Amino acid sequence: MTQVKNMADRFNSSVNRLGLDLTILAPLIALVVLLVASSLASEYFLNSRNLTNVMRQVSYTGIIAIGVTFVIIGGGIDLSVGSMVALVGVLLLYALNAVTDPVMAIVVGILVALGSGALFGVFNGLLVTRGKITAFIATLATMSIFRSVALYLTDAGEVVSRNPLFPNLGGGYWLGVPIPVWAFLILAVAAHILLFYTRFGRHLCAVGANAQVARYSGIRVRTVILGSFTIAGACVGLSAIMLSSRLNSISPSDAGVLYELDAIAAVVIGGTALSGGKGSIWGTVIGALILGIINNMLNLLGVSPYLQGLVKGSVILIAVLVQYKRQQ
Amino acid sequence: MTEPIIRLHDIGKSFGPNVVLQGINLDIRPGEIIGILGENGAGKSTLLKLISGVYQPSFGSLEIGGRHYTELDPVTSRRLGIAMIPQEFNLVPTLRVYENVFLGQEIRKRGFLDRNTMRRKTREVMQNLQSSLDPKAEISSLSVAEKQLVEVARVLVDDARVVILDEPTTVLTDREVSVLFDVVRRLQGAGVAVLFISHKLKEVKDLCHSVLILRDGQVVEQSSTDDLDEENMARKMVGRELSQVFPEKQGHGGEVALEVRQLSLNSLLSDVNFSLHRGQILGLSGLVGSGRTEIAETIMGLRGKTSGQVLINGEVCNITSPEDAHRHNLAYLSEDRQGKGLVLSFNLIENITLLSLKRYIKGLIRHRAERRRAEHYQQALNIRTASLQTEVGLLSGGNQQKVYLAKLLDIEPEILILDEPTRGIDVGTKHEFYRLIRRLASEGKAILVISSELEEIIGLCDQVLVVREGRIVADLHDEQINEEDIMLYAAGARGASALNEAGVALS
Repeated sequence: MTQVKNMADRFNSSVNRLGLDLTILAPLIALVVLLVASSLASEYFLNSRNLTNVMRQVSYTGIIAIGVTFVIIGGGIDLSVGSMVALVGVLLLYALNAVTDPVMAIVVGILVALGSGALFGVFNGLLVTRGKITAFIATLATMSIFRSVALYLTDAGEVVSRNPLFPNLGGGYWLGVPIPVWAFLILAVAAHILLFYTRFGRHLCAVGANAQVARYSGIRVRTVILGSFTIAGACVGLSAIMLSSRLNSISPSDAGVLYELDAIAAVVIGGTALSGGKGSIWGTVIGALILGIINNMLNLLGVSPYLQGLVKGSVILIAVLVQYKRQQ
Repeated sequence: MTEPIIRLHDIGKSFGPNVVLQGINLDIRPGEIIGILGENGAGKSTLLKLISGVYQPSFGSLEIGGRHYTELDPVTSRRLGIAMIPQEFNLVPTLRVYENVFLGQEIRKRGFLDRNTMRRKTREVMQNLQSSLDPKAEISSLSVAEKQLVEVARVLVDDARVVILDEPTTVLTDREVSVLFDVVRRLQGAGVAVLFISHKLKEVKDLCHSVLILRDGQVVEQSSTDDLDEENMARKMVGRELSQVFPEKQGHGGEVALEVRQLSLNSLLSDVNFSLHRGQILGLSGLVGSGRTEIAETIMGLRGKTSGQVLINGEVCNITSPEDAHRHNLAYLSEDRQGKGLVLSFNLIENITLLSLKRYIKGLIRHRAERRRAEHYQQALNIRTASLQTEVGLLSGGNQQKVYLAKLLDIEPEILILDEPTRGIDVGTKHEFYRLIRRLASEGKAILVISSELEEIIGLCDQVLVVREGRIVADLHDEQINEEDIMLYAAGARGASALNEAGVALS
């Protein structure tokens, strides 16, 4: 009896060390089922070109979803990420076109994108921590502000890159895998380490679970929350680099539209509780993959694009219902 | 003898192979007050949940009003007049008293709420309870005792025949307790049966007619309270002799570890002075709301002091956050274990290392080192849990408190401030805590204990300070440490300004 318990314990803890908490088993199973079903339903699905495309599509919102995971674990929410993609993209292309040396321009562009993303994240974070505005309202406002500024700067027109090297970034491959996918996976590993192996990660969970306990435990609650929004902003920066370089341009009126919903959906499907305090990066990665594959399948099967929202919505509802049942 | 309202026939409950309760026979008659005693995990709450329909019995049956129930659910139980007043109140803080009293059972006239009738009925019930509480008052503006009264009123307008009170006195001051007891006796006079659960044996002895004592899921004693004194109750509960409740006092300690000079906090504290020595257990007594917790929180930097100084080892320290305090080897156990102490969704390990996390980081967090440390505390403090991965929210109160203490001890503090260290903990575990606190003191730590339980203050502390209205009004040593003296100072009948009669100072 005790031996069995010890074994279960050891299993649990080794599973934990991988970050594969048992709570993400459900989304993982869902993903496997989906993969099997998809490959049976369409012969094109397992085509390597198709898979590569799906992965690339997933990585844009997946990168953002990883950032949003931190905000949600800390007990917040970020609705502004979609609009932020547009604004950061515009700033990035302006910087890119302002520098003549193409290599130098890309370096500057990347720095501007990551920096401005992080800065907008800090702005969101300050509204929440210093302004004491609920994250939902604060980021609802900045969602509107970021999009508006992006539209104003460009007069709602598309900004096109004049840099000959830029498209190689989002459109390029390394070892046969698209660069945005590499960015997504490397970010996921880094984010996992940040969440499970650093003080910031542990403190973020404590703050999200019970900010009062965190305060009494000497945790700098405001700094930690500010950090989570900054991470989300920097992730938006990374996503904007990948997206705009793939397209070689950015259109402020439709870049990143509804990305916030895709990101939050990925986080929720991945088993992170919207109430905060707990979460998993791998869950979010799986959640993003599930959403991407469903989209792809609906396209391959010729389902009306008008019905795709219905399917996506249903998947989110099922995921939340399964989570809720488990908590009972 | 009158017919019982509820009859339990050889009732029991098991979860899988685990039998948690068995062979309970109990008749509950109108106008009877029955005390239910037992250590944490003895089966008290399981029994209550069977009666209120939250659990279904695995063995035996319940007979209510002559009918047998094997599948009772909470709604039916409520309809049959069984009402439970929980430890944590279920009131909506933004609604008014009468709205809460009638919550879910609103009186309507032609489809619309009949506010006037509800207000009138609430006032009537309050009058019956000899309270002048305004039905229109908002819940958030009420004291804990008043909120409890609202819970009682809620039960009364619904014509409850059996009222279950789950540890109702833990959060009350002595005077509020006596008010509650009057209310309970009035209920009893009206023919309502009361089940009273408490850890405080004296209360059970004073209030109840009979007592049911549980140990390991079985009844070990069922008799009239006239035939059983408190000592015997405790012995039956624990199942062994309680040789000495409190460890021997050690007299006065070494050099001064913590000194507080002329500490003030807005209108809450004024001119608080004291010093705490190494190896000493200093008690801070006083009524709820007198400023005891505020003193602790000001020292810890949780509240910004208006003026005054805090000295640690003779040096003035400017502590503005708990983080600062921890750096000065000062740790604080809050009275609110679940709201301010532990992250309930974290496991034992993560809670224990939350303050000391830095020590487990070599580049990254070393999970194995954390685990080893937690195992050490599990042994040293005798924490009972199936696994260290268990969420602490699932542990019993006593074990949670041990995890909380382990969390503080892991920063190796020199000074410990313990605010209500044994609140909501059963007798056996309390004794463990008393021995533990004394052991920490004899290891040279300086310990400040805040407690509402006079017995604890008197039995445990080497020196006692009494706080009233934000001031220290008495500094008691040796034989001066007795119930009468402390109460007289605490209530203001003696000391600096005896103008306020006893009780008036109560919040």
